[in-house]
Amino acid sequence: MYRYDEFDNRLVTERVEQFRRQAERRLAGELTEDQFKPLRLMNGLYLQLHAYMLRINVPYGALSAQQMRQLAHVARTYDKGYGHFTTRQNIQYNWIQLKDVPDALADLAEVEMHGIQSSGNCIRNTTSDQYAGVAKDELEDPRVYCEIIRQWSTLHPEFSFLPRKFKIAVTGAPNDRAAVKLHDIGLRMHRNEAGEAGFEVIVGGGQGRTPFVGKTIREWLAPENLLSYLEAILRVYNFDGRRDNKYKARIKILVHQVGADEFRRRVDEEWEQIKDSALKLPQEEIERINSYFAPPDYAQLEDNTELLASQRAANGEFDAWVSANVADHKVPGYAIVNISLKSLRLPPGDMTAAQMDAVADLADEYSFGELRVNHRQNLVLADVPQGDLLALWEKLAALDLATPNIGRVSDIIACPGLDYCALANARSIPIAQEINQRYQDMDRVNDIGDVTINISGCMNACGHHHVGHIGILGVDKRGKEFYQFTLGGSSDQNASLGDRTGPGFPGDEAVDAVETILNTYLKIRNEGERFLDTYRRVGMPPFKEALYGAS
Amino acid sequence: MLQMIIANTLADGFVVFLTDDNSWTNDIAAGALAATDEQAEKLLAIAQKAEQSNLVIDPYLIPVELEGDVRKPTEYREYIRATGPTVPIPS
Amino acid sequence: MVLLKNGTVVEDTLADVSAAEQVPENGGILVSVAQWQEHRDALIQRSDPLGIVLRSDEKPELIADDLQYFGVIALDFPAFGDGRAYSSARLLRERFSYPGELRAVGDVLLEQLHFMNRVGFDAFAIKSDDAVRDWEIAAADISVWYQPSSDGRVPATQLRHNKN
Repeated sequence: MYRYDEFDNRLVTERVEQFRRQAERRLAGELTEDQFKPLRLMNGLYLQLHAYMLRINVPYGALSAQQMRQLAHVARTYDKGYGHFTTRQNIQYNWIQLKDVPDALADLAEVEMHGIQSSGNCIRNTTSDQYAGVAKDELEDPRVYCEIIRQWSTLHPEFSFLPRKFKIAVTGAPNDRAAVKLHDIGLRMHRNEAGEAGFEVIVGGGQGRTPFVGKTIREWLAPENLLSYLEAILRVYNFDGRRDNKYKARIKILVHQVGADEFRRRVDEEWEQIKDSALKLPQEEIERINSYFAPPDYAQLEDNTELLASQRAANGEFDAWVSANVADHKVPGYAIVNISLKSLRLPPGDMTAAQMDAVADLADEYSFGELRVNHRQNLVLADVPQGDLLALWEKLAALDLATPNIGRVSDIIACPGLDYCALANARSIPIAQEINQRYQDMDRVNDIGDVTINISGCMNACGHHHVGHIGILGVDKRGKEFYQFTLGGSSDQNASLGDRTGPGFPGDEAVDAVETILNTYLKIRNEGERFLDTYRRVGMPPFKEALYGAS
Repeated sequence: MLQMIIANTLADGFVVFLTDDNSWTNDIAAGALAATDEQAEKLLAIAQKAEQSNLVIDPYLIPVELEGDVRKPTEYREYIRATGPTVPIPS
Repeated sequence: MVLLKNGTVVEDTLADVSAAEQVPENGGILVSVAQWQEHRDALIQRSDPLGIVLRSDEKPELIADDLQYFGVIALDFPAFGDGRAYSSARLLRERFSYPGELRAVGDVLLEQLHFMNRVGFDAFAIKSDDAVRDWEIAAADISVWYQPSSDGRVPATQLRHNKN
């Protein structure tokens, strides 16, 4: 993991003091709300339905055990004892008080965490693959470039007042777990014909009211040119992005309106002027940052031992958990463990302070003291010896963190929705919990297999409903909550936006509709076919007919 | 139509209602009820003064109905603001 | 309204005639791009100080060949959230090597002075009771910078390199 040096530490400490001063001025009435709002937003402080909400960045999802303990401390000390992990690998506190925020930020700065630019019309948290550094299919570790981008984008003086928010994601594997095609800039590491690692640059992806899959404007970019090229894109966006209409201000609208070719031309024209500037990344800088991500001290372990096989054979629940929640690690004898935050008891992505502390201890004991947050609102212990899986599972189960449902029907992404969020039109958490309740039978869950359900409570799509295999959008229809369905979305390297099924369903019929969709899939699927693949093969008609009857 | 003033307190961010004696309460049962448009305008004016004095943020009028003694905002969003999330707080 | 430049309050010697019907023959003035384009020859002949103000939708390329004539270039912020002038300022300094006064006008928040200074602004038209104090706070707020720019501040990457 990256460790702050004196410069990084000084920046966050000064930032805390700056915000403390701004908050005090606001509380004393020296700043109006109009003047204060952009300042608090750029430190991640929103005002929501019930209270202020503080969003803290987890840079590219990387979290240390010590940081997790401090997140628990903040939850206990300044909030109601829990936090919520988001679809951008961040954490949110829903009940924090303005007068406590400077102290909370100071406590977080002690462990190298902050909310800088987690909101506002600036460059947000750069997100990445939760299996970075350990995935079997990985070509290049994206984390080093995420850290380089993080520093370059933090308090960037030229790009702090963009037309709208700006989100960057980086992946280093052919199986894209970071949804790079759905970001303002997506960077996909791969090798060119000469075998050199570089970036495919994808621009203008995004969800919200007008979803788009991003367009490739450059097939291969050398790493040394990463920052200058990003700067060229941002400068073109800063000048040419729309500022007349908040709903048309993202870069995806600009790329769509002028076309990818013209947009590329503008970027290249600007880039020509700056590509040999001080932004050129020296190899030594890349290597210096890369040294922070050196692999841990792996032991020489046997892979897929007989012991593990017998443990799985002896314990059906453990076996189910390994099948669903444990992924292959590139180092023999190790495993990637997904911690499901999708139990029945808590809203998706929520964790109590006690759970956070316990998981921090588990990270220390089983995974070199590190964790990751993924954009599906779950956690990852990336380096667990296979011999420890049984013991770890037992401990996770005791914490209600071992639901064997990763990537399955009850591994639902849900935004906070109308229960918490000032932007929402409908609730999303109760729908997620009802679906979870309906699918408690693990045989059924396993039979259905891979299916992602994403729920958003409004068109801003923080629940990523456009790219769910099944997407659910909550709307307000004459004062009642209705839920519209889309099918066939995907956020991976074959990204697609879901297709609408038809009219929405009232809240008390929404989960029946989910069941109808899944039962239809079970009836018509081919052997071994995932939900998404069945949909792509047969299209909407059978599902439409099942939901609404023959027309 | 009955109306009340709802807002968020500046310092702690929690939801409050304007009371009959020009102060603010977290409890909707203790908030002032306006029965006429004129009363509602008066409440709004008081609330806006409180906003200018940096006590509260974004005060506005919401329609409310009475179910017996219980005040219930007619819009679901405001109802949730008054009563809290519909899902239990994790513990 | 005061004009803050290089940490002190200075007198504004230019009259802003950018919205006026007529451009006066004498006196220091600040003209619009449209006025410059229309009266370029006459304005060049004048001996009194000349400045130009760019709207946020006017890119620096419009005047890039004529920078030598302007003692002051003012960049307007119609709303504090309109951040186009940050890019214009950087280009004027770094690409076109403009050496004169680069002034921020319009909706300029005290909290933005630091970023503005980083991209090349050295003068600010602001509302302030104590501009010098406000400037000192703004300048000292954050003393670590990750990005290279022409403001002379050494970015952290360079400082790290120097240490090793």
